[in-house]
Amino acid sequence: MTTLPAAGGPLLRLDGIDLDLGRRAVLRDIDLNVSPGEIVTLIGPNGAGKTSLVRVALSLVVPTRGTVVRRAGLRIGYMPQRLAIDPTLPLTVRRFMAVGGAHPRAVAGPLAEVGAAGLEGAPVQGLSGGELQRVMLARALSREPDLLVLDEPAQGVDVQGQVELFDLIARVRRERGCAVLLVSHDLHLVMAATDMVVCLNHHVCCTGHPEAVSRHPAYLALLGPTARGLAVYAHSHDHRHDVAGAVVDGYDHDDRHGSHRHHGPA
Amino acid sequence: MDDFLIRAGLAGVAAALAAGPLGSAVLWGRMAFFGDALAHAALLGIVVALIADWHPWLGVAGVGLVVATVLAWSLADPKLAPDSLLAALSHGSLAVGLVVLAIVGRAQVDLYGYLFGDILAVGPADLAWALAGMAVAIAGTVALWRPLIAILIHADVAAVEGIAVRRVRLAFLVLLALTVAVAMKTVGILLVTALLVLPAAAARSFARTPEAMAVLASLLGVAAVVLGLAFSVLVDAPSGPAIVCVATVLFAIARVIRRAA
Repeated sequence: MTTLPAAGGPLLRLDGIDLDLGRRAVLRDIDLNVSPGEIVTLIGPNGAGKTSLVRVALSLVVPTRGTVVRRAGLRIGYMPQRLAIDPTLPLTVRRFMAVGGAHPRAVAGPLAEVGAAGLEGAPVQGLSGGELQRVMLARALSREPDLLVLDEPAQGVDVQGQVELFDLIARVRRERGCAVLLVSHDLHLVMAATDMVVCLNHHVCCTGHPEAVSRHPAYLALLGPTARGLAVYAHSHDHRHDVAGAVVDGYDHDDRHGSHRHHGPA
Repeated sequence: MDDFLIRAGLAGVAAALAAGPLGSAVLWGRMAFFGDALAHAALLGIVVALIADWHPWLGVAGVGLVVATVLAWSLADPKLAPDSLLAALSHGSLAVGLVVLAIVGRAQVDLYGYLFGDILAVGPADLAWALAGMAVAIAGTVALWRPLIAILIHADVAAVEGIAVRRVRLAFLVLLALTVAVAMKTVGILLVTALLVLPAAAARSFARTPEAMAVLASLLGVAAVVLGLAFSVLVDAPSGPAIVCVATVLFAIARVIRRAA
């Protein structure tokens, strides 16, 4: 793997990536750029090769053909699709984050940032799905990444949780300025803050701004006859939730288009 | 107390001390099967040494390194070395070892002692090897500890964070092979995995950090070895099963205490 110069240009560049696993052609001729501060959302049906492409981008697998180039000194925070820690491993959230390189006394900041304050002493295996997502994100953030790679972060979370997570990711990008490469299992919903959608089905079907992709014939063909189209989640809130679901005051959107609270106390 | 008993006790204590942290990691990584494979390979190693007229330790080390490499390979890519291949490797090496031993080595080798442990088998040189092996295993485990835990939590995340996953895994398996070789004389090939896993499982009930579990597992292992050897002398049973009986009782007690608490 070669490196890109430390300033200007993309953080990560994939050129002409082919990946064969056994005799199966998983990826064909993929080009992908992630520039500083940019949110790139990767969508595609199950088995389209999304996770394989992420693994190539992270240099976890060597592509059959093509090159992966990353900026020199690039710091990546990676949040995997699943985390299955054996229950026999005694592990608190604090220790979990320390293993990722965070100082044990400096884990409160990232946890609060993702709305998971106060979980430091909890055993990781006892966390709910939503809590674990946030803790994994906090661990990735504690590495002060230039690029966040999130593999189906909203998996196993309900629509409300997905919306909150998208808000959280958009805010993290705004406040930290890091780039985000996000894999979504939902073909119909991408976050509004997305700068670039890449629609993948072994090859790149189409790519562009969410509005453009939603009208692209290749995208509509992929959805099939039951197409509902691409819903761009463009709603923003004037408040946020902590892990317990309570409303936490005090953050303003610069891209807010409404100030109503649509999910008040249930 | 007789010299042979003291030697067996010290060799067993050395094995238990090394087995605590490594056995904890075996539990965390669900790798108990790897302990079996390395133990079975050790018997094949003894046979190889017998045929080649080497020192037994050389055969155990050589075959152990080969099997550790294959196991590390299987972790890196399950498609290259699937479970079926590992089962063939593990049980195949045990079977081949037993058959070849029956043909060529019946007179020279106490098979029963190798399979189930034999406190009479630990000579002064064996004890020296066991203590040296323990020292290397513990020092190596301490050096590997942080990256090893990172890998057991999530290997891909560890790799993205800059840990050389393959190298750490291979080093871990080599240390495991070493510990199995150290434990072989007192516990026996068929029950080595129990000395790795049972004290660690018992320690889990009381530990709140990985380190506490590793240290407590070592202490419980030492208790199992000392009580087990005494039990073995008392009822004239092979040392391995006696030690594992005590370890099983310790595990059961830990579970009961944990449930009551």
